[in-house]
Amino acid sequence: MKKSIINYFNRQTNAAPLAVFRVFFGFLMCVSIIRFWSKGWINSLYIEPKFHFSYYGFEWIQPLGSFTYVLFVVCGISALLVALGYKYRLAILIFFLSFTYIELMDKTTYLNHYYFVSIISFMMLFLPCNVQFSLDAIFKKKSYQNIPNWTIDSLKLMLGIVYFYAGLTKINSDWLFRAMPLKLWLKSKYDLPYIGQTIMQQDWFHFLMSWGGMFYDLSIPFLLLYKKTRSFAFILVIGFHVATRILFPIGMFPYIMIFSSLLFFDSNVHKRILKIFRRVLNLLKIKGLNFNTNLSQINHYPVHKTFRIVIICFLFLQIIIPWRSLLYPGELFWNEQGYRFSWRVMLVEKAGSANFKIVDSITKKYFYVDNNDFLTSIQQKQMSFQPDMILEYGHYLGNHFKSQGHKNVAVFVKSYVSLNGRLSQQFIDPNTNLMELEDTFKHKYWIKPVNYEIKGF
Amino acid sequence: MFKKSIIYINLLFLLTMFFSCSNSSESNEDIIVDNFDRQSLLINITDNIILPAFGDFKEKIEILEQSVTTFGNGPVLANLEQVQSHWLEAYKTWQYIEMFNLGKAEEIYYIQKMNTYPATISKIENNISTGIYDLESNNNNWVAQGFPALDYLLFGITDNNTNTLLFYQNNDNIAHLEYLKDVVSKMVSNTEVVHQDWVLTRDAFVSSSENSATSSLNILTNDFIYYFEKGLRTNKFGIPSGVFSANNIRPSKVEAYYKSNVSKILSLEALKAVKNFFIGQSYNSTSSGESLKNYIEYMTEDTTLTDAIVTKFDESNGLINGVNDNFVSQINSNNSLMIAVFNKLQEGVVLLKTDMLSALSISVDYIDADGD
Repeated sequence: MKKSIINYFNRQTNAAPLAVFRVFFGFLMCVSIIRFWSKGWINSLYIEPKFHFSYYGFEWIQPLGSFTYVLFVVCGISALLVALGYKYRLAILIFFLSFTYIELMDKTTYLNHYYFVSIISFMMLFLPCNVQFSLDAIFKKKSYQNIPNWTIDSLKLMLGIVYFYAGLTKINSDWLFRAMPLKLWLKSKYDLPYIGQTIMQQDWFHFLMSWGGMFYDLSIPFLLLYKKTRSFAFILVIGFHVATRILFPIGMFPYIMIFSSLLFFDSNVHKRILKIFRRVLNLLKIKGLNFNTNLSQINHYPVHKTFRIVIICFLFLQIIIPWRSLLYPGELFWNEQGYRFSWRVMLVEKAGSANFKIVDSITKKYFYVDNNDFLTSIQQKQMSFQPDMILEYGHYLGNHFKSQGHKNVAVFVKSYVSLNGRLSQQFIDPNTNLMELEDTFKHKYWIKPVNYEIKGF
Repeated sequence: MFKKSIIYINLLFLLTMFFSCSNSSESNEDIIVDNFDRQSLLINITDNIILPAFGDFKEKIEILEQSVTTFGNGPVLANLEQVQSHWLEAYKTWQYIEMFNLGKAEEIYYIQKMNTYPATISKIENNISTGIYDLESNNNNWVAQGFPALDYLLFGITDNNTNTLLFYQNNDNIAHLEYLKDVVSKMVSNTEVVHQDWVLTRDAFVSSSENSATSSLNILTNDFIYYFEKGLRTNKFGIPSGVFSANNIRPSKVEAYYKSNVSKILSLEALKAVKNFFIGQSYNSTSSGESLKNYIEYMTEDTTLTDAIVTKFDESNGLINGVNDNFVSQINSNNSLMIAVFNKLQEGVVLLKTDMLSALSISVDYIDADGD
């Protein structure tokens, strides 16, 4: 047993897959940043709002005013450098830090795929992605043939975790037996050509997509792993992600996943891709850049032992973290305790409304707050159904009105949330003074329970 | 090589996907197509609600202008009363218009120019005494024109009609009469511009039935909710009853403050307009067509939500009917009835904003970002 473990970690493989992965990842990230900028989202999401929702413990991370643009420039350039493989370690470190900083600036825009990008870039920090086909290799005049096999496997495992958990969390009664929330979303796509007015409206299609999505997520890591099913699985990957791209506003994520799953192919495929890259670069005839010659070819790239330990510990954490929701009582989709960072993707359609009431706790005089005065519409939408955000905003309001000279400020909220097409119910206990609560990792007893149960993960 | 074949495979996959879709819908006859016709919803709302309401309003505002002219030429009591009653008729019809803050109306700030209340008296008097004012493009003058300005000029100048008549008969106050005429003629010209635009863009409007932030249906739905929350709930009940000002009542902020005993009539008309829009009932008759109500029922395959919404409208109606015709005296004597209406309307806002929007998967205004 021990021997086979040692054998496993000593096994070497061609470095081409990681090089290809690095190029695609860096390139796609650079495009993502440009896309984000060109849509004006830096301004509307990070500069316009007066108030930002912070993650627990990361309140010190705030947008940098107009310097936020600089942050995006840094992030974009470092992504490009990652793709080129120039000063790779520094570039991926800067990319990881700047990208993660951007994500931590405001909880409103939490997306699983941004979390995925942070995770992958963290892992890449410890992986030898630049030992072949990189500017680093050219400038050092050293190219390595082989790298430890586990470095590629670690990324495969991470992808597998994402898919498998995404599938596991789909095993719940709403997804499988009510086809919710897909039914709502698909029906609203009536304006798609050909399919919008026909199959998008069919009950069987909603169920087919729900069940199909569940089986797809659960099985795709294994189908990609086995050589016999790999090509078929890759076609599935493309079909699935292209379909989600057409149906839902999910930005660059489909492309990232499609290119990431190339990792499962063996190194011959990647060598061929590198060959294509080289041919394109040769066509460009950049002087001094020659990927073919002058490099001393070294057989094995040694990966530091501590790097291996970091990656193993990190993957272990990744396997555990999504299960933390089990520690909380109550309906997970309603309370959202342990909901983030656990690959619960597209599982709920929630909408809420939250009306905040500022009360003088002695005179009992009160007034309502117009949320438009403090939050952008996307912040209002996200805040209205996420308890930690309601609490954070409540505190912000309380402190704001205190500083305006209001006395004995107590903050109450009348909030209603509808979940997966059910009639809305009261969300936060309207008699709880939000100013007396602190956000913790303990169960939020001040969320009112719902009168239904969604069975499953 | 490899990339090429991937592209081919991909294309093939997409082709078969589309092919199999269109195939199945042709071969299978008992298949239910999306039998909810959003275009006919838009047509019903445009042709049976918006256009007739605008047509009626335009007529009434023109009649008001005529009677103001008549009053200017012959300032006698009968003519003053005529102006006042035409003002009320037009104001009631206005309640069917205010929610449609889109297209030309939005562009020229039509709603704000017609009904920003309370009017600011000092602004109006200042405009009159200087004789220099811009009702077109100066948004500081929103509070000095439209129905609220007329409310002041017709009912608020003095305590009663006898004195008001004496006021306008006095040649020293000719500037007031001129201002009255100017305000009304501005209301007429703005109305004509917006009405004309509706007539011209009707076809384009009803054909924009897709689900996107800029499509007619989404804009209408968002405007409808916005009006219900802001125009009806906040402006007519919330602000005067003090729920936004630490329970310090603000009776002077009711709609039609100077006329004073019609605030309730106006708010009942507004609620009726909201309900008619929701259930798709024609402006001129009791017949109804495709509406948000039908659409929700189609999407949720259920009437629970629509029943709940209609019930909220009806309960609000009941509560408003229990309030004094004169909101000012109601607020001063027993404000809790006003707050009760506000709270009931708020329950309606919850259903419209949360349940309806998520059932229809209609995106909220201006929200534009990726999801996952």
